[in-house]
Amino acid sequence: MKNLPNRFYLIAAAGLAVAFLTLSGCGKNNQQTGGALGGDAASQVYVAPGQYDEFYAFLSGGFSGQISVYGLPSGRMLKVIPVFSVDAEKGYGFNEETKPLLMTSHGYIPWDDAHHPNLSQTNGETDGRWIFINGNNTPRVARIDLTTFETVETLEIPNSGGNHSSPYLTQNTEYLMAGTRFSVPIPQKDVAISSYAENFKGALSFIKVDKETGHMNVEFQVLMPGLDFDLASCGKNQSHGWSFFSSYNSEGKNSLLEVNASQNDKDFVAAINWKKAEEYLKAGKGKDFPANYMHNVYDDATHSATSTPMKTVKVLIPSECPGLVYLLPTPKSPHGVDVDPTGEFIVCSGKLSADITVHSFPKMLKAIDEKAFDGEVGGVPVLKFESVMGGTVKEPGLGPLHTEFDAKGNAYTSFFISSEIVKWKLGTWEVLDRVPTYYSIGHLMVPGGNSAKPEGKYVVALNKITKDRYLPTGPEVTQSAQLYRIDGDKMQLLLDFPTIGEPHYAQGISADRIVPKSKQFFKLGENKHPYFTPSEKDTRVVREGNNVHVYMTTIRSHFAPDNIEGFKVGDKVYFHVTNLEQDFDVPHGFAVMGATNG
Amino acid sequence: MLDNLPPVQRSPAIIHFNMKSKVLFFLAAASLLMLFVFPMWRITLIAPQYPKGVTMFIWINKITGSESGTLQNINILNHYVGMKFIEPDAIPEFKYFPSIVIVMSLLGMALAWTGKKKLWLAWLVAGILLCSAGMYDFYLWEYDYGHNLNPTAPIKIPGMAYQPPLIGNKLLLNFLAKSWPYIGGWFVGLTFVLGGLAVWLHKEKDKKDEKYKPRTNDISVAAN
Repeated sequence: MKNLPNRFYLIAAAGLAVAFLTLSGCGKNNQQTGGALGGDAASQVYVAPGQYDEFYAFLSGGFSGQISVYGLPSGRMLKVIPVFSVDAEKGYGFNEETKPLLMTSHGYIPWDDAHHPNLSQTNGETDGRWIFINGNNTPRVARIDLTTFETVETLEIPNSGGNHSSPYLTQNTEYLMAGTRFSVPIPQKDVAISSYAENFKGALSFIKVDKETGHMNVEFQVLMPGLDFDLASCGKNQSHGWSFFSSYNSEGKNSLLEVNASQNDKDFVAAINWKKAEEYLKAGKGKDFPANYMHNVYDDATHSATSTPMKTVKVLIPSECPGLVYLLPTPKSPHGVDVDPTGEFIVCSGKLSADITVHSFPKMLKAIDEKAFDGEVGGVPVLKFESVMGGTVKEPGLGPLHTEFDAKGNAYTSFFISSEIVKWKLGTWEVLDRVPTYYSIGHLMVPGGNSAKPEGKYVVALNKITKDRYLPTGPEVTQSAQLYRIDGDKMQLLLDFPTIGEPHYAQGISADRIVPKSKQFFKLGENKHPYFTPSEKDTRVVREGNNVHVYMTTIRSHFAPDNIEGFKVGDKVYFHVTNLEQDFDVPHGFAVMGATNG
Repeated sequence: MLDNLPPVQRSPAIIHFNMKSKVLFFLAAASLLMLFVFPMWRITLIAPQYPKGVTMFIWINKITGSESGTLQNINILNHYVGMKFIEPDAIPEFKYFPSIVIVMSLLGMALAWTGKKKLWLAWLVAGILLCSAGMYDFYLWEYDYGHNLNPTAPIKIPGMAYQPPLIGNKLLLNFLAKSWPYIGGWFVGLTFVLGGLAVWLHKEKDKKDEKYKPRTNDISVAAN
């Protein structure tokens, strides 16, 4: 090869690179430096060009309705997965095939408030199959397939007044939790709000997940007295089979909740024995309640989603099912309720309490055995506070919200008011370390930090406000996350990075649990779309009265057919476009001037 | 008096040797059949957008790719510069090459037992001629694909041809084309190595045996 032609080829190569519209996806796991460079934050988050991050992080998009995917430790955004909101970039909610995913009993609702992503687990460990997230506003739960990073199922939750304590899941993804934020009359009827305590009920839904397909189904609801449920967590190891929901408004008030719902010294954590619930269901204790909710499933073979209206739901009434539910008194409006990796401790963060209360699962079982009750609420026994309390972290900070864990018996709690993360020790309850967050942290996330097997290398702070942290962008500024290294004695701030929407909860997982399963393209031979066109030879225009169907294909670098004649004024024209590409990273789009879909 | 002569050891040794060479020649002929088990040639295109490369395998009777969509992807890339689509069904050689290979292989196996050196040599020479013809044919196809370009191609570079190398590496615009024999091709090489070895080791016993008159004690040795 001579030098001159070589250079010439290189210039031509650059041109071709653009023409082919392809990108390279090369690289290998980046091993973190640490050690000698431990003090240098920049080198700890630097992932060289072409290299992979060590972890995936899935951040809730809050009021954007989506999930954003980041690489850690670099904080580079990899993708926004559209879930509850339309997304023009991916055609989500714009093409006819994905529209059914946004259907509800209220019609097409292309927005929601997405809060709590939860990765599927096997034996208490994140398995990288699916991630679930709740829609808080129009109560829904979605399932995202992690081979495609696409939303493949949405399920509306009936009898719910806001799906907030959701979709926390059991250690083998048997069930997802979906507790109502506010109690409502069930079934819906006209009642005076002054009759709240009597007429309002809180439905805690248990969504069963099919082991093979992942398909979700509201298996049963537990009809609780009129409490406001806040967050949830499921037992693991020794406490597997139980679920825990935090609640407030034990006062049963309906106005000025900020004042009236905070008067009692103690609120409740509801402990539900879902294995017992399964027994009661088998014994026929479940009542069929009329309901109206939508179940939407996307099929990778047909590349289309379908909606199925659902009309009933099974309900269990606690007063008729002894041993199903117990209430654990917990100081002052508990928010986060988080079970530690061993399953022994249930950490309850009383938002308005000066301390963190930790319940003990073995003590709870003992208290139930000994019937250490302190009255009941709406037929649900209340356990004695002293008999279930396992320990207290004394004055760790102000406004404790959520707790995550590492694998060494440490807990990390976020403090909204004092804007910090506090590390403390399970069992001794001593505070070990604290770092400020910028500003007003809500949730926090350790990869696997809510599972039985945390990967405790980093904690991510999900902050509510950023104020002066970034270049200003007018009155509305970015939301943000912060990355801290936690595998040493002291927590160390490494990185700030902006997020979409207001991030609530997040999940993290080792990249190697997802990378090998990531799909590159769909095989044409497996396409079962009803309007599939297998090759350019099969492209055609079919007239059915005034409806004209164009079977079209697209491949680099053209559509076929490219000239279509014979449309008449008044025709309704359907374009069915098949992408014939069988290569990685070669998507094509199609849109028509003036059309609202694409 | 004849009893004083030493017993002859040569004859069984020759038989033994010839058995070995016959087996070698048989294996040489049989190894051609590996062309139906493995691709004979591999062409890999490497470019920044294709970190793993795009690999095409040429068999005696078909063309395949490293993935199910490889041929389509190569055709898509080729169309930018106006190269014809590679359509294995339209290449007649894939229809009759397999018969030639089978006939050659069976013939070779049969010839192995004749033990006739001249026939073996003739078979090997025929094989080399057929291989050379095949390579020339391969070259012609490559030449045709590389030079016979669509005048309405989206990318036209005056004077540029896209013929991949017959054997070796060559930079074609942004693609490095690597063209080398693959497992099936290695077995063809083995055919000639084993065949040549068989000819070299083979002692034609009839000729030497004619000069060598058997003696009575030979018969007794044989009888023993």
